[in-house]
Amino acid sequence: MSQVHYLTTPLTDEDIMNLKAGDIVYLSGTIFTARDAAHKRLVDLIESKEELPFPLQGAVIYFVGPTPPKPGEPIGSAGPTTSYRMDSYSPTLIKYGLKGMIGKGKRNQAVKDACKEYKAVYFGATGGAGALLGKLIKEAKVIAYEELGPEAVRMLKVENFPVTVINDAYGNDLYEEGRRQYEVKD
Amino acid sequence: MREIAYEDIVKAVKNMVIHTATNLPEDALRKLKEAHEKEKSPVAKKVLEQLLENAEIARTEKRPLCQDTGLAVYFVKMGQDVHVTGGTLTDAINKGTEEGYVEGYLRASTCDCFTRANLKDVIGYNLPAVIHYDIVEGDKIEIEYAAKGGGSENVSRARVLAPAQGPQGVIDFVKEVISEAGPNPCPPIIVGVGIGGTFEKAAVSSKYALFREAGKPNPDPAVAEFEKELLFELNKLGIGAMGMGGTETVLAVHVEKNPCHIASLPVSVNVQCHSSRHNHITL
Repeated sequence: MSQVHYLTTPLTDEDIMNLKAGDIVYLSGTIFTARDAAHKRLVDLIESKEELPFPLQGAVIYFVGPTPPKPGEPIGSAGPTTSYRMDSYSPTLIKYGLKGMIGKGKRNQAVKDACKEYKAVYFGATGGAGALLGKLIKEAKVIAYEELGPEAVRMLKVENFPVTVINDAYGNDLYEEGRRQYEVKD
Repeated sequence: MREIAYEDIVKAVKNMVIHTATNLPEDALRKLKEAHEKEKSPVAKKVLEQLLENAEIARTEKRPLCQDTGLAVYFVKMGQDVHVTGGTLTDAINKGTEEGYVEGYLRASTCDCFTRANLKDVIGYNLPAVIHYDIVEGDKIEIEYAAKGGGSENVSRARVLAPAQGPQGVIDFVKEVISEAGPNPCPPIIVGVGIGGTFEKAAVSSKYALFREAGKPNPDPAVAEFEKELLFELNKLGIGAMGMGGTETVLAVHVEKNPCHIASLPVSVNVQCHSSRHNHITL
């Protein structure tokens, strides 16, 4: 049976080991946004041993490219983007301390293996619920790569941001388990 | 010959673009509610609840339903007795698109396909629009619009089958595409299937199939029956809302059939996410 957790970033190894695929988590605190282009730059920085624009230890990255904010609002609509485009970069970030990723859609085996080896999880947020999720972001600030527009790295402050554990640190995968339960074989 | 001013088209397109980004159309909403009622998985049911709540927030607070406000896709039926004054129809649609995306605080999502540089300052904000034309009788211009997101386009596929593969071959192919897509296109989805024609005709038909009112059967009873069969087969996959497992994966299957070459059986599958943002105007 799935459990409900309330967690605040940065996440610890203990936080991670308490999570199982299918659990619902309400996340609060600071999280960072990055899509493909920003991921490539982050991995390049790690490879050339340069400093990253935010501390990776315990961090949660949200795969999102929001709509522009209306005047007086911190951010526009901000639901998750499809995660597989980050698959080639995520294992490196996990190795250097990343604890959580928020997106939607399948991850490859390398990402799942990295979650197991270095204690990290992949969370799913509801794709296409951008209006609802954008409202739960209380502050947003571009901290790097402003020229990438929607793909810039932003620091977000979130309150009770609802996500579901898809891949946990034990090798479980909610997409596979959930589907197996409801698939009708001929 | 009837005349329509360029500026009037720009304005109508702009208003349609802004409205569609925050108002989920009645048909999509109805289908989501039906899915919410039928869904057996509590996890998927919860996701569907979030989607209905999201649609309500978007509508009342005028926030885009999804941050992927899409590429603007149009199917235009141009009456042959209409003349556009003050500019071309294509320019007017593009201009209306740009103004709508800027004024609606929507996302500029077009980029160069190799450099990936955003084109908002090169071609225009979220330009160019993708426009399909048809010349018809009469003195009106009908413009059908969809804000088409990237996630569901990414899983869409086309293949030319051998004629011997027949209807079963089509079912197998569609099932393969949707199974492989899994959670990625933001299910529950609407599946557009273009069968027959040439390679590109099948693809355009599969796109146009998505412009139909969700769940409205094809007027040809045999095709409508095929749509039902496909819907039944696809919902056996168990993918569920956002891929977390469930009984309601596909909200509707729309099939468009075309005559084709004696040597081929082209099939195209175009996927629409649950945020089926469509609209149309007649000028």
